[in-house]
Amino acid sequence: MTAMAEPEVGRARVRKEDERLIAGRTRWTDNITLPGMVHMALLRSPTAHARISAIDTSAAKEMPGVIAVYTGDDLDPGGEVGMPNAWPITPDQKTPRRPMLAQGTVNFAGEAVAAVIARSSAEAEDALAEIDVDYEDLPVVLGLDNAVADGAPLVHEDLGTNTSAEWIFDSAEAGSGGDVQQAISSSEVVVTRRFRQQRLVPAFMEPRSVVVDPTAPQLTMWSATQVPHILKTMVAMTLGLPEHQVRVIAPDVGGGFGGKLAVTPEECAAVVVAQKLGKPVKWTESRSETMVAAHHGRDQMQDITISASRDGTVTGLKVDLLADMGAYLGIVGGGVPVLGAFMFNAIYKIPAYRFSCTTVLTNTTLTDAYRGAGRPEATFGIERIMDELAAELGMDPMALREKNWIAHDEFPYTTVSTLTYDSGNYEAATAKAMQLFDYDGLRREQAERRERGDKVQLGIGISTFTEMCGLAPSRVLGSLDYGAGGWEHAAIRMLPTGKVEVVTGASPHGQGHETAWSQIVADQLGVGFDDIEILHGDTQSSHKGLDTYGSRSLTVGGIAVVKAAEKVIAKARTVAAHLMEAAEEDLEFADGTFTVRGTDTSTAIQDVALAVFAAHNLPDGVEPTLDSEAVFDPENFSFPHGTHLCATEVDTETGRVRLRSYVCVDDIGNVINPLIVEGQMHGGLAQGIAQALYEEAVYDEFGTLTSGTFADYLVPSAMDLPSFTTDRTETAATSNPLGVKGVGEAGTIASTPAVVNAVVDAVRHRGVQDIEMPLSPMRVWHAVHQGNAAAGTEGEAGGGLGSIDPAHGGAQ
Amino acid sequence: MIPAPFDYVAPSTVDEAVRALADAGEDAKVLAGGQSLLPVLRMRLAAPTTVVDLGKIGELTGVRDEGDAVVIGAMTTHYDVQRDPLVHDHALLLARATDTVADPQVRHRGTFGGSLAHADPAGDLLAPALALDAEMVIQGTGGRRTVSAAEFFQDFFTTSLAPEDILVEVRVPKHTGWAAHYEKFNRVAQAWSMVAVAATVRAEGGSIAEARIGLTNMASIPVRATAVEQALVGRPADAETIRAAAEHAADGTSPTVDGNADVEYRQHLAKVLTGRAVEAAMVG
Repeated sequence: MTAMAEPEVGRARVRKEDERLIAGRTRWTDNITLPGMVHMALLRSPTAHARISAIDTSAAKEMPGVIAVYTGDDLDPGGEVGMPNAWPITPDQKTPRRPMLAQGTVNFAGEAVAAVIARSSAEAEDALAEIDVDYEDLPVVLGLDNAVADGAPLVHEDLGTNTSAEWIFDSAEAGSGGDVQQAISSSEVVVTRRFRQQRLVPAFMEPRSVVVDPTAPQLTMWSATQVPHILKTMVAMTLGLPEHQVRVIAPDVGGGFGGKLAVTPEECAAVVVAQKLGKPVKWTESRSETMVAAHHGRDQMQDITISASRDGTVTGLKVDLLADMGAYLGIVGGGVPVLGAFMFNAIYKIPAYRFSCTTVLTNTTLTDAYRGAGRPEATFGIERIMDELAAELGMDPMALREKNWIAHDEFPYTTVSTLTYDSGNYEAATAKAMQLFDYDGLRREQAERRERGDKVQLGIGISTFTEMCGLAPSRVLGSLDYGAGGWEHAAIRMLPTGKVEVVTGASPHGQGHETAWSQIVADQLGVGFDDIEILHGDTQSSHKGLDTYGSRSLTVGGIAVVKAAEKVIAKARTVAAHLMEAAEEDLEFADGTFTVRGTDTSTAIQDVALAVFAAHNLPDGVEPTLDSEAVFDPENFSFPHGTHLCATEVDTETGRVRLRSYVCVDDIGNVINPLIVEGQMHGGLAQGIAQALYEEAVYDEFGTLTSGTFADYLVPSAMDLPSFTTDRTETAATSNPLGVKGVGEAGTIASTPAVVNAVVDAVRHRGVQDIEMPLSPMRVWHAVHQGNAAAGTEGEAGGGLGSIDPAHGGAQ
Repeated sequence: MIPAPFDYVAPSTVDEAVRALADAGEDAKVLAGGQSLLPVLRMRLAAPTTVVDLGKIGELTGVRDEGDAVVIGAMTTHYDVQRDPLVHDHALLLARATDTVADPQVRHRGTFGGSLAHADPAGDLLAPALALDAEMVIQGTGGRRTVSAAEFFQDFFTTSLAPEDILVEVRVPKHTGWAAHYEKFNRVAQAWSMVAVAATVRAEGGSIAEARIGLTNMASIPVRATAVEQALVGRPADAETIRAAAEHAADGTSPTVDGNADVEYRQHLAKVLTGRAVEAAMVG
């Protein structure tokens, strides 16, 4: 037996896809140009709620280069097409039809009303201004409490209510725990808080784009999407196309964060237009369109009550959510807050739990999955209320957590929300984090600064999070009425020259699948990293898949790759035994070579592949192929966890928050590529911190998005973030053969409450119990000086592109 | 994000540029570095019939010494202003403020004159220009004239430039050896100033001989904190003097309100930041 080569798994390889992605020398949807291609531009509603009494497109049709102008009725005369909502959370959920282009009414500012098709994108955009739409204003429904108030005006008259659905989990009913009301009424300490999860914009780097080519019997659709496979099936179902005559390609895609987990009206309109014209059509949105028309995330009001005994033992948790869906339900829609239902109990042993969620329609852009989808909201809620409970009890917040969390020797552990956590070690991750952070030293400094009344106060924030990811066991999704399964597919093709093609149903849009999958296959088959190519994102080569979201690619799709590799080896073993005239059970396989045990006789898997290609000398009845495929359906989610510690300095004179240090020790099980993990953590932390401090989609009282550009929607840069200290513990997942857990959302889920807890901790002695996110300097300053958060009103000041008034001239 | 169609003119002299503007009428726009104009065009917030690009007029760039003043060509980029030794030696406040403008890409394209002519009250170069008593040299159809910074800035995005006027250069009186600091407060590094304070001070024998303080985004135009200046001058350069003087920073200001700051908070920030700006200037 030869010595094992250094394993690929665990190596911090630079990603093989980086060079082309960073240099832009690759194919994005918008760089695709087809012969005879025409361009689509969309006129979007400036008003949030109105009846469309007339649309006059005649002048636009006369504009240079214009080929056609369509309204909603032109594309769908019967008013039958509606974008899919794949997760009706209750049987009686109210699901408004979302047309391709508005029909009858517009329900949010930014909804597409008409489409211009022209020879160039510039001509198409010029013609938009010539479309004349008469809007009759309807009352605008904004704000969760307003929307569910008695007598509130309705977003959709025909539904008779703004409540889409109400979903409840009660541990007493489920038999997984006690009655929460009883727990609360009999407990020594009860803390109640209302937390707001502000609305966020996914802010992926590449705007959405679609190209549709209808000029062959099989229609081809390129889209900047996370979900080419779902898109293919859904477009076929939504538009009544034969599914076998649709091919979807997601070429390189520049980020998604859930924002491209969608089947959009723009994509469907492009298909219908292309079919009408018989020409390829391209639509690429501007950033301004992304901001108003691509789905948003979060936007919840959380009413949380926690009860405990004086010694800090938590006795009950009650969560009532209002979740703003916007004007329509997206593909996951109400399922986003429902995912959070399983995560509010987090890492804690909570004996009684009740969760209710009311999904609400308003005249705003729809919300749907955004990095973490339901789990950041839940983690925020529980980690914030744990700090509030600690303050009420006068306990150290880490001591309170430790008293209530699941001990490492209690795994597997079935929680009050009925999930079974397979593995974890909260003690180990916490101990490492506390040491890296110098928790005790910072607490001492905090006390000193308070003592001397320093203008800059120090705060420490904790987030000991877990999450459920790796979506998902199909039968669990079925029990939640989700419209699809959660398996993933992979195929491995052994080429005659010994090279390997790996087909995956996961659909990367920046994660690094090509590198990670190559590392996995290199070890499994014993072939070189550079001899492996990963094929993805084209439903013609990757015919089967459920795509990338919910930190599922590795824990589901990566395992499918392993299963396919095992099948390749099994086939190769039969042939190798035949070639070496040995019994199969006498062969050992290591480092890409079959060896007859106890001899020097061996053959490499590449040689077996060539022999199979020739097929001159195969055992009787053996097919001449090593190619194999596998579909993996996990039996459980994966449950990464970690301890995140944040130290903030709060300038009490200005309200400015400075992140002084951020330490996270995450346990994501075994690691395929530490560099990719590091990248996921850094990006995730930046997004979670951004929710805490910077980002917010703001509507004015007319339903106009006032944070419609990056001048007003504040995405932080490296300049605004500290140097992160990241580390890991590795407790292997027991639910999959690689022992891996998801990492794509961990940083985002964990970091938001760590930051907010730290800021509140810094100024709690000034009477502050909460500050609404994002924690702008003004909100922090008002909180410090009034012991309470207060926000400013909207108005006009300098700065920001939205404030530029063209009537004043000026710009030079 | 495609601008509406417009005619494009790229003259090679200021005279030609003025003529081009006069010919184009009121719906023309001047393109300097384009860092504000291009987004506005692309978002179709403005749709000029003609864009007159000053980028090919060599005489508009560069910094020169004219005895008692440093003269900065309107088309000199922020990057070049930042690094210019004359600016550093004689108008340090301007260099300090320019350091904070946006990001390196913007500083390489954006221009000093373009920023002043744009007159965004949150722009970082207006208050320093005002504090340093800069003079704007303007050429129009009637020839050249000079306008003080105090007269130049008139309202939100509005200056005394007529439609056919070009801002040619800015004369900054020398403040040789003055200490300076620009204290900028914004929410993320690349964002506009919520409030900023431009402070430049001349100390003499432990006391403050002269002081100039300009405030960014505390009104529709940049404002001088004259009460602060008066409270500083002739007093010892110590923490107590600075603290007491800074209390006057918001005197007479009428800041606007947006999602980032209400009036009370903006006025409070002006005081805190003024104290910090003067202190930082004195420390150097």
